[in-house]
Amino acid sequence: MENFNYVRPAKVADAVKAMKKAKDGKFMAGGHTLIPTLKQGLASPTDIIDLGGLKNTGIKIGAKSVVIQAGTTHAEVAASKELKKAIPGLAALAGGIGDPHVRHKGTIGGSVSNNDPAADYPSACLALGATIHTTDRKLAADKFFTGMFSTALKDTEIVTAVEFPLVKKSGYAKFPNPASLYAMVGVFVAQGADGSARVAVTGAGPGVFRVADMEAALSRKFAGSSLDGIAVKSKGLNSDMHASAEYRAHLITVMAKRAVEAAK
Amino acid sequence: MDNSTGTGIGARVRRKEDHRFITGKGNYTDDINLPKQTYAYFVRSPHAHATIKSINTAKAKKMPGVVGIFTGDDIANDKLGGLICGWMIHSKDGSPMKAGPHPVLAQGKVRYVGDHVALVVAETREQAKAAAAAVSVGYVALPHVVDVADAMGAKAAIHDVAPDNRVFNWSIGDEGATDAAFRNAAHVTKIDLVNNRLIPNAMEPRAAIGSYDTGSESYTLYTTSQNPHVARLVISAFHGLAPEHKLRVIAPDVGGGFGSKIFIYAEEVACVWASKHIGGRPIKWTAERSESFLADAHGRDHVTHAELATDSNGRITGLKVHTKAAMGAYLSTFASCVPTYLYATLLSGQYNIPNIYAEVDAIYTNTAPVDAYRGAGRPEATYVVERIVETAARELKMDPAEFRRMNFVTQFPHQTPVIMCYDAGDYAAALDKALEIADVKGFADRKSAAARSGKLRGLGYSAYIEACGIAPSAAIGSLGAGVGLWESAEVRVNPVGTVEVLTGSHSHGQGHETTFAQLVSDRLGIDINNVAIVHGDTDKVQFGMGTYGSRSGAVGMTAISKALDKIEAKAKRVAAAVMEASADDVEFKNGTFTVKGTDKKMAFGEVALSAYVAHKFNSAEIEPGLKEAAFHDPSNFVFPAGVHICEVEIDTDTGVTDVVNYTAVDDFGNIINPMIVEGQVHGGIVQGIGQALAEGCVYDKQSGQLLTGSYMDYQMPRAANVPNFNLAFTCTPCPSNPLGMKGCGEAGAIASPAAVMNAVTDALDVRDVPMPATPHVVWKMLQPMKKAAE
Ligand SMILES: Cc1cc2nc3c(=O)[nH]c(=O)nc-3n(C[C@H](O)[C@H](O)[C@H](O)COP(=O)(O)OP(=O)(O)OC[C@H]3O[C@@H](n4cnc5c(N)ncnc54)[C@H](O)[C@@H]3O)c2cc1C
Repeated sequence: MENFNYVRPAKVADAVKAMKKAKDGKFMAGGHTLIPTLKQGLASPTDIIDLGGLKNTGIKIGAKSVVIQAGTTHAEVAASKELKKAIPGLAALAGGIGDPHVRHKGTIGGSVSNNDPAADYPSACLALGATIHTTDRKLAADKFFTGMFSTALKDTEIVTAVEFPLVKKSGYAKFPNPASLYAMVGVFVAQGADGSARVAVTGAGPGVFRVADMEAALSRKFAGSSLDGIAVKSKGLNSDMHASAEYRAHLITVMAKRAVEAAK
Repeated sequence: MDNSTGTGIGARVRRKEDHRFITGKGNYTDDINLPKQTYAYFVRSPHAHATIKSINTAKAKKMPGVVGIFTGDDIANDKLGGLICGWMIHSKDGSPMKAGPHPVLAQGKVRYVGDHVALVVAETREQAKAAAAAVSVGYVALPHVVDVADAMGAKAAIHDVAPDNRVFNWSIGDEGATDAAFRNAAHVTKIDLVNNRLIPNAMEPRAAIGSYDTGSESYTLYTTSQNPHVARLVISAFHGLAPEHKLRVIAPDVGGGFGSKIFIYAEEVACVWASKHIGGRPIKWTAERSESFLADAHGRDHVTHAELATDSNGRITGLKVHTKAAMGAYLSTFASCVPTYLYATLLSGQYNIPNIYAEVDAIYTNTAPVDAYRGAGRPEATYVVERIVETAARELKMDPAEFRRMNFVTQFPHQTPVIMCYDAGDYAAALDKALEIADVKGFADRKSAAARSGKLRGLGYSAYIEACGIAPSAAIGSLGAGVGLWESAEVRVNPVGTVEVLTGSHSHGQGHETTFAQLVSDRLGIDINNVAIVHGDTDKVQFGMGTYGSRSGAVGMTAISKALDKIEAKAKRVAAAVMEASADDVEFKNGTFTVKGTDKKMAFGEVALSAYVAHKFNSAEIEPGLKEAAFHDPSNFVFPAGVHICEVEIDTDTGVTDVVNYTAVDDFGNIINPMIVEGQVHGGIVQGIGQALAEGCVYDKQSGQLLTGSYMDYQMPRAANVPNFNLAFTCTPCPSNPLGMKGCGEAGAIASPAAVMNAVTDALDVRDVPMPATPHVVWKMLQPMKKAAE
């Protein structure tokens, strides 16, 4: 790990200012992705701007949506009684991220900003049709996630909150990579207020994506059996020593069904 | 004797050492900091196989904090010897094994990714690491081979002495008689098996601090070793660093080893050697976890073909085995004995097999060296025997439990055709108990119930035997061992009656501070808290062979027991003198000396004090003091055995295998502390389940890189992957040691892979599934079956 300058501003504006001043700055939230990359020498920023001082945590349930502040940890999301009622699939997803250490440090803002192709949250954002609030704007999840480890964020832009519309039903099923426990295939399903369904897949491809065929079938009838015979093509999916593209494609259908069956 | 509440033999005494460990007060090598300490970082090969054209350290030497940079040339110029393999194996044709050079730092060539090229010493770890990155090495890549199956005769010739990469071609047993048995067989079962390569993953990575005292001209090495005396012997006699009295090796608290810390490694030797060359400043090295993956000796990695002959009654008449065993790029300290004398000598399993012939090709590969790993050879042997026995039973349409039972050895002693002479056991007793606990009768119902919810259930047995406490020294010497395998002990009674036991065994998780103290408490009738176990320092303990192969109980404790015999005899003489009686009339029980037929008595502490003040006896007849030592060289191995039964359920949608029930019935002879033994068995089973379902070291064929180089890709078994275990014991005391003990440290890891894989193959109704049977592997196996069903 290389030396760097460290600041922990208390105000968002100061954090943005610090970033503008830095030669090669990095925001840090829970640090559970960032610090390992520093240790491995995969990144060596000149400045670390710790967002912990902003103290932007908390979950607000509104009439039509839930707003989760960017600094809220996975453990807080998983434990929220209100959220378990409002969007049960989202709370369940947070409870299955990594291990207790990770869940008590990692944040929703960090997770969506990082957009790891095997991270859990991006699938919830996409399937629920979330809106990402930043220091500069509000962006629909469909526009926010732009590919493997990439987002629409500008260098000096900070995610401040994630807003999830309330839905009728939500469910998440994850097939973890047996070694890392990240999602090898994770599928989030949601049945919107108007009955239309959305299905988002993480872990299986280079980035989180939706499955139109499944959405159409579930919009007709929100039941596991609706997915019988609907498979995602393996072409373009990830293939590595843990799982071939064919296996991942197969798991998408299995996990989608399980997510629907678990949906509340 | 019911000792369940006391602190003597058989009691479930809480581990004395645990408070220190779980409150973070252990004293591990990396916790130790010496004045003026520097830090080491190693430049490692990024190539699987390459010649080194140049090493340029000029830029690195100018980096901040750099104290010194050393390469293979420096090692050669200083005539520091290379790493050795301490067991000579001869090939079938009589030729000695082909041990290539194993320099402490590479000389001219690197042979695996992670091979040591240069040592950088700096004021801080970060500076050493930064400077290491600035060392520029000119490599010319050579062809490489990483898979043992492909390595013999491959384009890559790893060592000049072995152009076909074969280290030896060794055999055991009578080939002619075995062939004859196969000619007369009613049925022959054949199987091809791969025993997957494992990475040890001790909780504490390897570490060392080497220092040189310019005044006394002597070296000290703190190191994460399972056998500090062997380390001193090798570094002294073979590396030629310094004579033994000028080299102290200390292995303080060590956080697990599983075998990987038996060996003498380049890093530790380099650090202690280099200290002299930087004016005696101590050099600390602590492996990063990724270095542990790359450069700890790995385990297993066998490819085997086996055949089993049976007669028309289902009796086993012969076994033929051919194994290709990976050695990695160099022969590690005990690498050669693992796939030979620790493996093929156990191929008779628990069975009466009149004819066995085994041939082993040991083969170099461009990978980390392979050496002993929990069980060392016996898990590989058990895997072969128990997989082929299970397969034979299925082919013969016999119940696998009954097929085993009818072939069990029942008369003891039993001489196998492969050296071992089993001394005691009751294999049927363990089988009966296991069948009952595992409720094998109810399995069919559980299987149908599982089928109704779309799951496949399978049941698998493993009736394992293993050999612990490798011995006797003369016999293993005749088989090529470079050392003797006895153990030493010294019991020092202090004047107030407290006791220090100095042992050549080394505890790195086994709980010796507790079990050894239980023996002393039991024998001398003193409080267990008045006993201290001293180990791991060559300046304190005179000599010892360390801890591996579950030898510390059967061998190490027997040495202590012998020393205690001498203590008791001497104390009786002292007590007799003080109480003015004849020594023959003095009796010792529950910590009190009494004189037969009188009411005279003395407590153990009083006798100890009398021995030291020496007022009441003639010092010409009785020497003052109370301190005795003993060496114990056992007359035979000990043979723990048992039956494990595993039940799995497979989710056909995902390929996930769930271990739903696991029963282990083990015969460890007499047990000192059942709680510690159960802990050892739990850990062993988890490790074996890990091998069967999760762990597998993968090198990329094309690039030779280690693909499973971190926990992101190397799957360790987790608590959530295992059920509650049903454990039980049977007991046939071992006749070859006075405590009647066997060994329990490895049994779980030896038995379980076969039990799990027999269950998985039963569930899937296939002959073989490669380990690790990850969900992906199982799912792939399920595809053709699903197609066939459609
Ligand atoms: C052992 C382990 C297991 C894990 N398992 C899982 C898993 O199963 N599933 C899963 O989804 N994740 C997993 N993670 C990742 C974990 O959830 C991370 O903590 C998370 O992805 C990143 O959140 P963080 O708060 O730690 O962000 P950091 O590590 O601090 O930051 C990550 C990146 O996002 C940027 N960033 C952070 N916050 C903001 C912000 N508000 N605005 C703009 N940019 C920002 C940072 O600059 C950095 O580039 C695991 C991590 C570990 C170490």
